[in-house]
Amino acid sequence: MKAIGFNTRHAWLATFLGLVMMAGAPAWANAATAEQRGLEIATEADQRDIGFVDYRVKLEMTLRNKHMQHTSRSMRNTTREQANDGDKTLIVFDNPRDVKGTAFLSHTHKLSADDQWLYLPALKRVKRISSSNKSGPFMGSEFAYEDIASQELEKYTYLYTGDTKDDKRDYFIVERTPTDPKSGYSRQIVWFDKSEYRVWKIDFYDRKNELLKTLTYQGYKQYLKKYWRAKQMDMINHQTGKSTTLTFTGYKFAIGTSDMDFTPNRLKNAR
Amino acid sequence: MNIRKACAALSLCLTGLVYGNARAEEGKWELAGQASVEARYFPDAPAFPGQKTMTVSPSATLGPELVYEWEGGNDRFNFSPFARLDANDKQRTHSDLRELNWLHLGSGWDFTAGLGKVFWGVTESVHLVDIINQTDAVEDISGEDKLGQPMLNLNLEQTWGTVNLFLLPGFRPRTFTADNARLHGSLPIDTGNPGYQSSQGSRHIDWATRWSKSFDNLDVAISHFQGTSREAQLVFTSRGGQTVLTPFYNQIEQTGLELQLTTDNTLWKAEAMTRTGQGKRFFSTVAGFEHTLYGVGGSIADVGLLAEYLYDGRDPRFAPPTLADHDIFAGFRIAMNDTQDTTMLLGGTWDHKTNAKLINLEADRRLTDYLKLEMKGHFFVDIPNADPISAIRNDSFLELKLNRFF
Repeated sequence: MKAIGFNTRHAWLATFLGLVMMAGAPAWANAATAEQRGLEIATEADQRDIGFVDYRVKLEMTLRNKHMQHTSRSMRNTTREQANDGDKTLIVFDNPRDVKGTAFLSHTHKLSADDQWLYLPALKRVKRISSSNKSGPFMGSEFAYEDIASQELEKYTYLYTGDTKDDKRDYFIVERTPTDPKSGYSRQIVWFDKSEYRVWKIDFYDRKNELLKTLTYQGYKQYLKKYWRAKQMDMINHQTGKSTTLTFTGYKFAIGTSDMDFTPNRLKNAR
Repeated sequence: MNIRKACAALSLCLTGLVYGNARAEEGKWELAGQASVEARYFPDAPAFPGQKTMTVSPSATLGPELVYEWEGGNDRFNFSPFARLDANDKQRTHSDLRELNWLHLGSGWDFTAGLGKVFWGVTESVHLVDIINQTDAVEDISGEDKLGQPMLNLNLEQTWGTVNLFLLPGFRPRTFTADNARLHGSLPIDTGNPGYQSSQGSRHIDWATRWSKSFDNLDVAISHFQGTSREAQLVFTSRGGQTVLTPFYNQIEQTGLELQLTTDNTLWKAEAMTRTGQGKRFFSTVAGFEHTLYGVGGSIADVGLLAEYLYDGRDPRFAPPTLADHDIFAGFRIAMNDTQDTTMLLGGTWDHKTNAKLINLEADRRLTDYLKLEMKGHFFVDIPNADPISAIRNDSFLELKLNRFF
C-alpha cells in the first residue's frame, strides 16, 4: 500500500508533468532542435571544406547600376588555410589600371577582429588598416567586406528553418545571425543543398530587418575530388537596383604556399 | 659620375642575368606604367624680380614599369624609369631611374640589389622617419616623390620580428626648382656643386637597419641610419661676385621609432626620431590619430578625421630648416566608395608659434579603366618673414592632372 500510495502520488505528479510537457515542451524541444540542426548543417558544410590547404583564383567583378551600365574589376586571390584560425588571404588588383599592383592582405580570425593591410605601390607603402568597416562596399561593388571575408563558422549563430526544393535539388534553409554587432546585417537566409552542403543562395537582411541583397551561386565544380567552388556569384541589391557579378576562373589548389607568403613584409612584393 | 657608372654596370649585369636566364627557361615580361599631362595654376604674382609668372604652367610625365620574372616569380628584374617635361622649369624637366633592380624572394627572406625605393613610417602629415630615398623635390612640395636609391637590401623575417638591412653605396643630391621658376626663393641654388661633410662626397657608403614587429594590434618599428643627410643645408656662397645658395650635406646618425595602434575605428600613430651631426643632438616627433566614420548619414561614403601634433627641436643655425617645428595638423578624408573611387583629402597645418598656415587639398576620381583625374592644391596663408616657407609664400598653386595608365 505504502508503495502503491507512493507510486500513486508520483503517478499523479508524472501525469501533471506530462500534461505540462505536452502543452509546452514540444515547442521548446523543436526550438532546441532548430538551433542544433542549424549549427549541424553549417558545421557539416564547414567540415566538408577543411583540408584544402591553399588555392589561387582569378576574379572578374562586373558592377552594374540600375541603368545596366557596367564597369569591371579584375584581381587575383591567393588563400591559405589555417589549422586553428581563419584563413589568410592575399588579393592583388590588376584592373582598373590605376589600382594595378595594389594588394590587400587579410588574416581572418575565428573570434577576434581580423588583421588587414593594404599595399599602395605608388608610395611603396604598406598600411595597416582597421577591419571594423565590415559593411562597407568592397571596390565600390555590392559585395561588402564581410561578404568576401572568410566565412568562419564562429561568426554566426544558426537556426534551421525548414526544407525546400526546386527542379534541380533539395535544400536545407538555415537562418544565420552575425555575432559581430558591426555587421551590416540583422540576419541571412542561406540555402544549402542536401547532397553536398553547398551554398546556392543567401538573402541578406539589413539592420532594419528589410531585405537588402540576394546572392546566388552557380556553376559549382569540384576540385581535388573534394572541394566545391562556384564559377559565378551574383549579388543583387534590392534597395538600389545595383548588382555585381563575380566570376572565378583558373582555380588552382595545392599551390605550395607557406605562411611566409602572407606577411605584411611580403605584401610589398606581392604581384 | 660614380653613380652613373655603377648604374651602367648594374644594368649590364642585370641585362646579362635576364638574357642568360631567358634562354634557360620561360620567364615572363610585363609592361605597365603611366603617362600624364598636368597644369599648375599660380594665382599670385611672383615674389621676386626675374621670376617667371607661370600663371598656368603645363607639364607632362612618362613612367613605364617593366618587370621580368622567373623562377615562378621568385626572381624579378624591375625597371622603372621616369621622365618629366616642364614648360617653364628647366630643373623640373628631368629624368630618373626610380627602380632598376634585381629582387630575389626566399622563404622568410628577400634580397634586392640595384636602384630601389623604400618607405618607412605611419603618420600622414610628415614622414619623419623615412630616410632611405632622397626626395625628388621638383615633383611636389609634399616630399612623397623620391629618387631611386642604389642599395643592397636584405630583409629577414624571424619570430622575434622583421629585420631590414641596407647598404647604400652612393648618394643622390636633392633636386631643386630652377632659379627663375616658381616655388623657389630669391637666391639661385647651385644644385650642380653640392658640398659634403664627408671627404668621400657623394660616394660615401651609408647604412641603415630597421626592426619591426606586431604585438597584436600594436605595430612597432625601430630604425637607425648612418650616412649622408638627405636634407640639404643651403649655405650662402659667393660665386662670380654673386651670392648663391650651395646645398651642403652633413654626415648624420638618425634613430627612428614608429608606432601604430589599430583599434576599431581609430588608428593611433606616432613617429619620433633623434639625430646627431647637425648641431646638438635633437629630437622630433609627430603623433596623432585617424578616426573613420563608416557609411556616414546612411550613405556608403566614409569620412576620416585626422589630427597630428608635430614637434621638431632642431637648431636652424646648424640643421636644415623644417616647416614642422611647432605645428598642429588637422584634416579630413572623404572616400565616396563609388565605382569611380572618388576620394578627397583636405588638411591644414598650423604653426602655433608663427601662425603660418599651409592648406593642402588632394582629390581624385577615375574616369575610365585607364584614365584618372587628379587635383592637388597647396596654399600658403599668413606666412611671416621669419618662417622658412616665406620664400615661396606667393607660390600657392592648384594642379590638375590627367593620368593615363597602361
